[in-house]
Amino acid sequence: MSTHTQTHGHDEHHEIGPKTLIMVWLALTVLTVVTIYIALYDFGRALNIIGAMTIASIKASIVAYYFMHLKFEDKLTWVYALYPMFLLFLLIATTIMETFTRNPALY
Amino acid sequence: MEQAAHHAEHELDPALEYSSSKLGMWLFLGTEILLFGGLFAAYAIFRAKFPEMFSEQHKELDIFKGGLNTVVLIFSSLTMAIAVWAAQKGDKKKVVIFMVITIICGLIFGVVKYFEYSAKLDHHIYPSTSIFFGLYYLMTGLHMIHVFVGLCILGVIAYLAHIGKFTKDYYTPVEVGGLYWHLVDLIWIYLFPLLYLVG
Amino acid sequence: MANGTAHDTMAEPSFYEPKGFMSWLLTTDHKRIGIMYLVTISFFFLVGGVFALLMRYELLTPEADFLSPHTYNVFFTMHGSLMVFFFIVPGVAASLGNFLIPLMIGARDVAFPKLNLGSYWVYLAGTAILFGALLQPADTGWTYYTPYSVQSQTDVVLITLGVFVLGFSSILTGMNFIVTIHKLRCPGMTWSRLPLFIWASYATAILQLLATPVVGITLLLLIAERTLGIGFFDPAKGGDPILFQNFFWFYSHPAVYIMVIPAFGIISEIIPVFAKKPIFGYKAIAYSSFAIAIISFFVWLHHMFVSGISETAAAIFSFLTMLVAIPTAIKVFNWTATMYRGSISLESPMLYALSFLFLFTIGGLTGVYLGALAVDVHLHDTYFVVAHMHYVMIGGTVFGFFGAIHFWYSKWFGRMFNELVAKIAWFFFFVGFNVTFFPQFFMGVQGMPRRYATYPAEFQTYHEISTYGSWILAVGVVIMFVNLIAGLFSKEKAPVNQYGSLSLEFTVPSPPPHENFKDIPTVTDWTYGYGKK
Repeated sequence: MSTHTQTHGHDEHHEIGPKTLIMVWLALTVLTVVTIYIALYDFGRALNIIGAMTIASIKASIVAYYFMHLKFEDKLTWVYALYPMFLLFLLIATTIMETFTRNPALY
Repeated sequence: MEQAAHHAEHELDPALEYSSSKLGMWLFLGTEILLFGGLFAAYAIFRAKFPEMFSEQHKELDIFKGGLNTVVLIFSSLTMAIAVWAAQKGDKKKVVIFMVITIICGLIFGVVKYFEYSAKLDHHIYPSTSIFFGLYYLMTGLHMIHVFVGLCILGVIAYLAHIGKFTKDYYTPVEVGGLYWHLVDLIWIYLFPLLYLVG
Repeated sequence: MANGTAHDTMAEPSFYEPKGFMSWLLTTDHKRIGIMYLVTISFFFLVGGVFALLMRYELLTPEADFLSPHTYNVFFTMHGSLMVFFFIVPGVAASLGNFLIPLMIGARDVAFPKLNLGSYWVYLAGTAILFGALLQPADTGWTYYTPYSVQSQTDVVLITLGVFVLGFSSILTGMNFIVTIHKLRCPGMTWSRLPLFIWASYATAILQLLATPVVGITLLLLIAERTLGIGFFDPAKGGDPILFQNFFWFYSHPAVYIMVIPAFGIISEIIPVFAKKPIFGYKAIAYSSFAIAIISFFVWLHHMFVSGISETAAAIFSFLTMLVAIPTAIKVFNWTATMYRGSISLESPMLYALSFLFLFTIGGLTGVYLGALAVDVHLHDTYFVVAHMHYVMIGGTVFGFFGAIHFWYSKWFGRMFNELVAKIAWFFFFVGFNVTFFPQFFMGVQGMPRRYATYPAEFQTYHEISTYGSWILAVGVVIMFVNLIAGLFSKEKAPVNQYGSLSLEFTVPSPPPHENFKDIPTVTDWTYGYGKK
């Protein structure tokens, strides 16, 4: 049985104060500006998308880690946060592999 | 943790309810990612197939409006996170204020999106115009539905906060609703560069 | 352990109190929700079965003399859609899972009881949309393959919308169960003591949670394709019809395991009780459920070997498909080993469990034929696939499901059915099933394609046998339903523990009171200590 004091004590570790949050937000805003800025230059299609997706992933990780408190979560939550990403990767990678290795004689 | 400590009327003990609800929401966010996953996969395939179509047609999209919405949504994520922090402190007033700011940001996002869609439609750009615009309308449209649902959820929670339902020992809905809102932001973080920037 | 709580029946009213329609519609009691699912899915099972019988009747003769080809197409679409999306996917996991999971882990309810009721309402909303769709029923087959599903003049949008809505019910149920199993186990109920049905339900829930959204977006894309004229699946607009198949089977192969893994759990519960021996290879059975849940995401292309997909991808996925046979075989070996030198009693639940072992093995092994790339090119889209699929879905899931209904009947309803009639029903069902579907393997190998209302006269003998079999099967189902319904009105009350199970749900009264346990129990041993004194 958890009492109220235990509940409270439990949560004390889960706080991220406004100062940190604002720093995180500044980082996100800067990254947004950076991603728009580099999109104005043509580094070649592949590089541009790799760059944009890398920045987006960094931003997403920051949001999950700080705003969504993933840094405090247990292993189980991490597993269920990451496993869908893996499945998404599987879906995208396999359909691309399948689509672009088809027998050209058939199409 | 494994102890099933129930109150009367099978209400869970607050600590257990807190951890259960959070786990439940994380599981649900996983399904949301895979719901959008089909669209991301379609995007990947068609972009690889028709690179010219994507790089030509993405110029039709308005980077300024898209960028503005990105900034607005990220800011709303910040205010949501602060609202959760205020809830942890038991500061009812701040919870309501920051949640209302979050909701206003969501509304701004919707208004900007409205102008964006109507500009597209005025130029006779429809979902059936091309595969790229089909993806644009579906991805942003599905996201917009999520924004709308998120706003409804946040509205209810803000009201509950306003009438004093939450204390520093019980604020589960604030945190769980916040998780959902952050996901809405998170998906937009990918949609923006994919559609507006690298096309 | 068994009869110690009999006096509680006096003290606490069962979960059937209070009565009244609204008290059911607004209940958050997991047992009531389980029963509501049971009733609804039974209804769809019967309706889907009637479609099947009518199709089999048409196939008695080579000509389309009873149903027009279009009606036949509509019927197999409705049969497939109802059986897959409205009966077997939501039903077995949700009805049995809802009733059993909290009882088995020693909890008062699931983690989110209101959400649980919400899931059922969502399911009902899906069925309501389905009834709308019946006004102009689709003729695309339950897979809704593009491009035909985009061009068909029938109402594809409404039925796919219904399935989309059902998907949400499935997702929320899966989420609820995972959290319940993690957070609400009673003291002492460690992972290595969990009943295997719980392990199976957990693995199923993972699939419900993470595979269903992909079919959701696929069907949304199909709806957008039809209503907005987007060309994702239309080659004329640069789209790709095979992309639809890729998305569809990314869900629908794991969905096969959503259908059958709960049955694995049921069999693991029934066999030790009737063999009076501890389950053999507990960990192997438990982990193999997870192995199946994970591997099932890596095999979906084997449904598309002749769709014109990449040969490289086909070869890789043919190999991966073989992998999924391993954990399944592990289970079958362990169940068989559990019975070795046991003192087996052949009561109706056990008859269903033994039939499961026999029929599912046939279904599984013919699946290996179909997974082999070269063989599949010959067998694809023939009756061999139809027979394989029904050996897995009926021989596996439905036999397991009926076994479960008989096994837990006394707990659900507090009454008993007539055992002799149950055995007779099983006999008709078992014989009818085999007579119906076994000849279809031969037809398939000889090249009889599926989904046609007409066929060359040389196949008539096989088709006749198959149709006669379907009548025997139907007789078995009718006897079973009548027997089970009659059992509800029997005067005699069922004992707390009909078959001497050691599982937690058999320590509470039949039917259980509202919150299951007066005091949350403490578990000190695993559930399978049978045959020890």
